[in-house]
Amino acid sequence: MTDILIKNLPILVVLCPLMMSLIVVLIPNIFLSWLLTFASTFVAFIFSILLYQEVQIHSTISYALGNWAPPLGIEYVIDKVSIFPIIIITLIGFLTTIFSSKMMPDEINETSISKVYSLWLLAIAGLIGLVTTGDAFNLFVFLEISSLASVALVAMGAQKDKQALVAAYNYLIIGAVGATLYVIGVGLLYGITGTLNMADLSERVVDLKNNKALIAGFGFMIVGIMVKAAVFPMHIWLPRAYAYAPSAVSVLLAATATKASLYILARILFSVFDIADNLIINTLSYIILPLSIIAMFAGTIMAVYEKDIKRLLAHSSVAQIGYITLAFAIGTKASVAAGFIHMFNHALIKGALFMAITSISFYIQKRVTLSNLSGLGRAMPITFFCFVICSLSLAGLPLTAGFISKLYLIKASISADGLWIAILILFSSALSVIYLWKMIEALWLQQPRKEIIIKENPTIYISLLIITFLNIYFGLDASFVVDSSTEAAEKLVGVSK
Amino acid sequence: MISFENLILITLLSPLLVCLLTPLLSSKPILRDILGPLGGIISSWGAIQLMASILNGEQPRLELLQIAEGISISFEVTPLGAIFGLVASVLWIFAAIYSVGYMRGNKEKNQTRFYIFYAMAVHAALCIAYAGDLLTLFIFYEVLTFSTYPLVTHKQNEMAQKAGRLYMSILVGTSVILLLPAIIWVWVVTGSLEMSQNGVLDGKMNPDYAPYLLAMFVFGIGKAALMPIHKWLPAAMVAPTPVSALLHAVAVVKAGVFTMLLILTNVFGIDFLSKTGASNWLVWLASFTLLTTSIIAIYKDDIKARLAYSTISQLSYITLGGALASSMATQGATLHIITHAAGKITLFFVAGAIYVGAKMSKISELNGHGKSMPLIFLAFFVGSLSIIGVPPMGGSWSKFFLMLGAAESGYITVIAVFCISTILNAYYLMEIPARAFFFKKEREVKIKIPILITIPTLITCFLTILLFFFIEPFENLTSIMVSKL
Repeated sequence: MTDILIKNLPILVVLCPLMMSLIVVLIPNIFLSWLLTFASTFVAFIFSILLYQEVQIHSTISYALGNWAPPLGIEYVIDKVSIFPIIIITLIGFLTTIFSSKMMPDEINETSISKVYSLWLLAIAGLIGLVTTGDAFNLFVFLEISSLASVALVAMGAQKDKQALVAAYNYLIIGAVGATLYVIGVGLLYGITGTLNMADLSERVVDLKNNKALIAGFGFMIVGIMVKAAVFPMHIWLPRAYAYAPSAVSVLLAATATKASLYILARILFSVFDIADNLIINTLSYIILPLSIIAMFAGTIMAVYEKDIKRLLAHSSVAQIGYITLAFAIGTKASVAAGFIHMFNHALIKGALFMAITSISFYIQKRVTLSNLSGLGRAMPITFFCFVICSLSLAGLPLTAGFISKLYLIKASISADGLWIAILILFSSALSVIYLWKMIEALWLQQPRKEIIIKENPTIYISLLIITFLNIYFGLDASFVVDSSTEAAEKLVGVSK
Repeated sequence: MISFENLILITLLSPLLVCLLTPLLSSKPILRDILGPLGGIISSWGAIQLMASILNGEQPRLELLQIAEGISISFEVTPLGAIFGLVASVLWIFAAIYSVGYMRGNKEKNQTRFYIFYAMAVHAALCIAYAGDLLTLFIFYEVLTFSTYPLVTHKQNEMAQKAGRLYMSILVGTSVILLLPAIIWVWVVTGSLEMSQNGVLDGKMNPDYAPYLLAMFVFGIGKAALMPIHKWLPAAMVAPTPVSALLHAVAVVKAGVFTMLLILTNVFGIDFLSKTGASNWLVWLASFTLLTTSIIAIYKDDIKARLAYSTISQLSYITLGGALASSMATQGATLHIITHAAGKITLFFVAGAIYVGAKMSKISELNGHGKSMPLIFLAFFVGSLSIIGVPPMGGSWSKFFLMLGAAESGYITVIAVFCISTILNAYYLMEIPARAFFFKKEREVKIKIPILITIPTLITCFLTILLFFFIEPFENLTSIMVSKL
């Protein structure tokens, strides 16, 4: 029994939320639909932990879907690289589901809640599938599953604020353009190599150096994924989508959605293609590197001038994605590892910050802007405490997870003779302190306009506390994150680099 | 016999424990207020034991936890660290007593919060003193900045908010943008975050880059308040006086110059510096800061602002001592950490006493009040003499060594700088007791100084005299520090 379970884990981790989403939609009871969602995300999380252990033993697990052997059939690959985002997605999925139990009924009609949870699970399943699959076309399918489900989820925000519809529409159109570009790229590659399996592709592209169709296909794929990953300047869908989605959805999307796409980006750049290839070297140093640096500053500066806190955090995400792509762009083993470390830590940080802000908006029943944060710190000490810790973590201050990211990122760039890149990274992260500090100052120093009494709700702050704790824990004991990222980078870039 | 690991833990954890216990006792103000001095006594006891062990030639070390491969939080007591640790913990006892008197006398709000972060800041300062590697140093450097923010903005009004912004943006900005990459640069070059008594860079770093690395360190350590990153220190004076006294005259700024000296001696190494001349520019920058801020101090009418600029100037003595890259000057700089701390904390205590007792904060208001507060102004007089460097006060030793060091490394101009600055010091500090004792009183003020303020002030004043006669153990420590391995 356990053998069968272990053997089928790669598909089960996807199927568990996918199948449950079909069941949940039929259940009218709010609590029951939440409970089933919770159960399936929890089980998916357990599965991903089991997979992690399996990967430690076998290093790579290949699963042939429907027993059709790859490269003809669809292959699911779980290795030291892909296990990392799977853990992020399932962990955050599970935590945000707890968080959503109070937030959802507040923002969504009773009748639509089970549908929302169904979409919720579909989005999570899509993201997990995106990461596990080893097939370039199947990847497109999951990309669309997760995007469409996310678009619908964002649109659900319209029950509170009609702006959500515009946000969802933007997200849909831009997302669809991205997906189309990606699938065109896949088509071109399929045309010249005759395979869709990524491992197989990587072997066949070696002989096709300087083939124009290959370069075009590569370009389409990369741009398509960069749209999904919200790499500057293809990020314009992101701030609105995050800002107007229902609270719990913002948390889920902010913490996971772009991470999966960033992982795909790394996989295409380093695993399907070869880092030693001129094509990749040029792409990294002339396209991704400058874009990342611009993203770091543009995102941060936009955030500094933003008054609406959810949008502010979304702009800050654009900058943070810039750090991750910058790490990829440097292209050494250490820097790719740093990128993965930051991917994990940023999921924890942004998830926590969005949780804190959306719970504040739940308590005060208003959109959270800089001006109505005044003096709330004293009214909600637990939320405020978590918010401060996670802000410090985002700024990269010691003893938090964010510091570990920054430390490795800086070290990687200095080792790669990029002292100036290191200084730029730190300069932009010092700028980020400005907007974080503005919020903390408003919460802490300003006097509230009128006396506010708020009773903090344990079902809301429990997941906030857990994720804040993780932010500190992974700042003090980073060996799990650092080791698995380093292994992932070794697998992607090769040991020698 | 307690093991060294435990001694380090006791010294470091007692302020942390105070910080954690204080909120639990917020409803019992008397018990709460005893915690601070008690923690100070335990901590100082540990610090004295650690200092004794260094004098016996031991090297206490504690590996606390490993964050990931190659990075860990570890503590090691170096001679320099032993001195700074002792200064911070011993003066904390008196500052804690003083703050009880001050906070009560001034009827400040949120006293519990104040004591929590006060103890937290001391904890961070001690962790800096005993930091065993560069990362630990950096971590607690930041903890110190953040734990002092609620103290600087204690009044929670607009002025405090502005000052807090300047404080954070300079200290966090410089440390994150420059100090952190500098540390990582060393990490990349030497392959580890360790420091060693004679420096780690010799032979590993291209000497051409050394001045740039040094510049990153020097401007990254904002707490040392070299020009042009000194603005945070006068701004921080909006904090209640006990904060200015212990933190902005002792713990925080001394953490800054301590870090500076540690970097100069244990990362670069005196020999490497004098061989490559990497720190020549720093000699001139420090001299410039030293003189300019002394001149600015003359024009400040607010007592605390004048003391703040005087502090900046005195900090530059220490940086200058390190930059001269001679063993004599380094010894002088290290001794100056102790003697200036004792002197300056006395001066700040007096400023606070005058504020609490007579509600005066301007120097021009002090005319003729010497007779109504004789002890307080006497303490100020003695403290000033120590800062100026007149025997028989402790301050004379450090100045003596610094001048010898300047001569040893052949900077004759620097000796002149020291002389001019001494005259300036005398000019701006002596004005205060002179006005108090010799000018005619302009108006009557009702004066009431709490006993908990007077006593610590007199004790620290007495310490400055004591230091003159009992400088020997410290001098031994500094000679261990500059000796070759």
